[in-house]
Amino acid sequence: MFSKTKKKRDFHHLSPGWNFIFHAVALFFAVLCVFPFLFVVIISFTDEKTLATNGYRIFPAKWSLEAYRYVFQTGDMLLKSYGVTILVTVAGTLLSLVMISLYAYAVSRKSFAYRRFFSLFAIFTMLFNGGMIPTYIIVTQVLGLKDSLWALIWPLAMNAFYVMILRTFYMTSVPDAIIESGKIDGAGEFKIFYRLVLPLSLPGLATIGLFSTLGYWNDWFNALLYIDDPDKVPLQSMLMRIESSMAFIQQNLANSSISLEVLQNMPQDTARMAMVVLATVPIIFAYPFFQRYFVQGLTVGSVKE
Amino acid sequence: MAGSFFRNLIRNRAMLLMVLPGAVWFLFFSYMPLIGTIAAFKEYRFSRQGFWYSLTHSKNVGWDNFKYLFNTDAAYTITRNTLLYNIAFIFLGLVFSVALAIILSEIVNKRMAKLYQTGMFLPYFLSWVIVGYFAFSFLSMDRGLLNHTLESFGIDSIQWYNEPKYWPFILIFVSLWKSAGYNSVVYLASIMGIDKSLYEAAMIDGANKWQQIRNITLPLLKPIIIIMTLLAVGRIFYADFGLFYNVPRDSGTLYSVTNVIDTYVYRGLKTTGEIGMSTAAGLYQSVVGFVLVLVSNFIVRKIDKDSALF
Repeated sequence: MFSKTKKKRDFHHLSPGWNFIFHAVALFFAVLCVFPFLFVVIISFTDEKTLATNGYRIFPAKWSLEAYRYVFQTGDMLLKSYGVTILVTVAGTLLSLVMISLYAYAVSRKSFAYRRFFSLFAIFTMLFNGGMIPTYIIVTQVLGLKDSLWALIWPLAMNAFYVMILRTFYMTSVPDAIIESGKIDGAGEFKIFYRLVLPLSLPGLATIGLFSTLGYWNDWFNALLYIDDPDKVPLQSMLMRIESSMAFIQQNLANSSISLEVLQNMPQDTARMAMVVLATVPIIFAYPFFQRYFVQGLTVGSVKE
Repeated sequence: MAGSFFRNLIRNRAMLLMVLPGAVWFLFFSYMPLIGTIAAFKEYRFSRQGFWYSLTHSKNVGWDNFKYLFNTDAAYTITRNTLLYNIAFIFLGLVFSVALAIILSEIVNKRMAKLYQTGMFLPYFLSWVIVGYFAFSFLSMDRGLLNHTLESFGIDSIQWYNEPKYWPFILIFVSLWKSAGYNSVVYLASIMGIDKSLYEAAMIDGANKWQQIRNITLPLLKPIIIIMTLLAVGRIFYADFGLFYNVPRDSGTLYSVTNVIDTYVYRGLKTTGEIGMSTAAGLYQSVVGFVLVLVSNFIVRKIDKDSALF
């Protein structure tokens, strides 16, 4: 028994003192990261009138569901924005995956005569970019996408960085033998890609897909630049517009026969926070799922090609 | 000769078809804007007749836009802000991310470590709009948690969104808060890849935890640290627009410390309408940024060829 404990001495053993300190620091930072969201949730469940007297409190004087009741009653705006965001995210991610995976695959194949050219074509865009204003000019004047949902989808569809990541993935995880066997069986390039390569590359696609989804879901910048039509405003952009005033919401109330009294008693601040919470909830739910793939993706990337 | 060119095209037609969508995208969204940067040398007017018309019919003003730009205080301010903030982000971000990675790797209870990591990773997934709301819940003049805490200690409330002097700290804190957890994953992965027998040997030689960290962990992390830092330095002329636009809530009084090149260009487009100067600023940023990326990538190549961008 003695020799067993002696031999299995964990070389990673940290003295209890330091272990405690490390736990404390890690716990503190983890809580710090999560706390602001919890705080906003608490504010959304606070009674609006106590905000004027007490401000935002971690322990509100009075709790209330009024904010959520209000949001669900006049839920038009939130629902519309949800719709826009979901549509843009799904369409965008799919489009993005198709475009990126095809490009990356072609560029990963040694038999592609123009492989080098198209690799550089993509890489150069990571180095030098024309800037916000020229891009704005192209999107609005050449492509005519002002106030179109496509202005939310197209700008994020391609990403040279993801192309390179997928290219590396194809080169390392898809054996030439598979492609050769497909060729021997007489399959065309697209068929080989679709039937043989795609199933093998699901992990890589999943990672890129998740990054892409997150990018679309959280995007507010493209809406800021290109969208004025209130019917086409995605979630994050809507949250930006209601920041200073609920006027945006009031202007868009479906039921405009609401009395003045009701308008005056509208739970402004708490309703805003309720919207923030409702817009963030999907991310929170999808979070554990995202986290696993992101960590995988990051670690694969950093252990390097 | 032309014959063999076309023969090659046809032979590669499947692959060419595959790169077509992406290539067209790059053409429109990356390369055409390069042509648009000529607007920096013109007095650009948005004409109803479209892009080419506007471009060719706007008056040529040569370097005037750049002259006006660099004559303003703004040019100095935005450059200074962009650079200083990024230097702080790079340096402090590195220290915190590596520290977190080491801490997480050393904690004995791995399940707890995973739990902490889950918490730390969350801010990365939230948009800057949401983070802006978080900041507001603390910094709001009459309702924010910070002022409430100050009042309870008998200190006067501060008009956070009107006082420039606090904002460098606020912005640096928020930036670290959002990215430290995420960045630590990269370093954590590297630490996990370190050969355990090295630690065993050190322990047999009587080294304590700190000596192990100082003499094994850190030196072995050096390559990845250098690479991450260099890649970040390559982007030192670009700021995170989301941070600088959303968290200060576009407060004009704070511009002297919150305006960076990216926000300046945006405001030129949307608010002040100074298209010429803003495009000039954007081009200035792209050119300097380009040189920096090339230089830093060149250096990274010298250290570890595989980690370079190209």
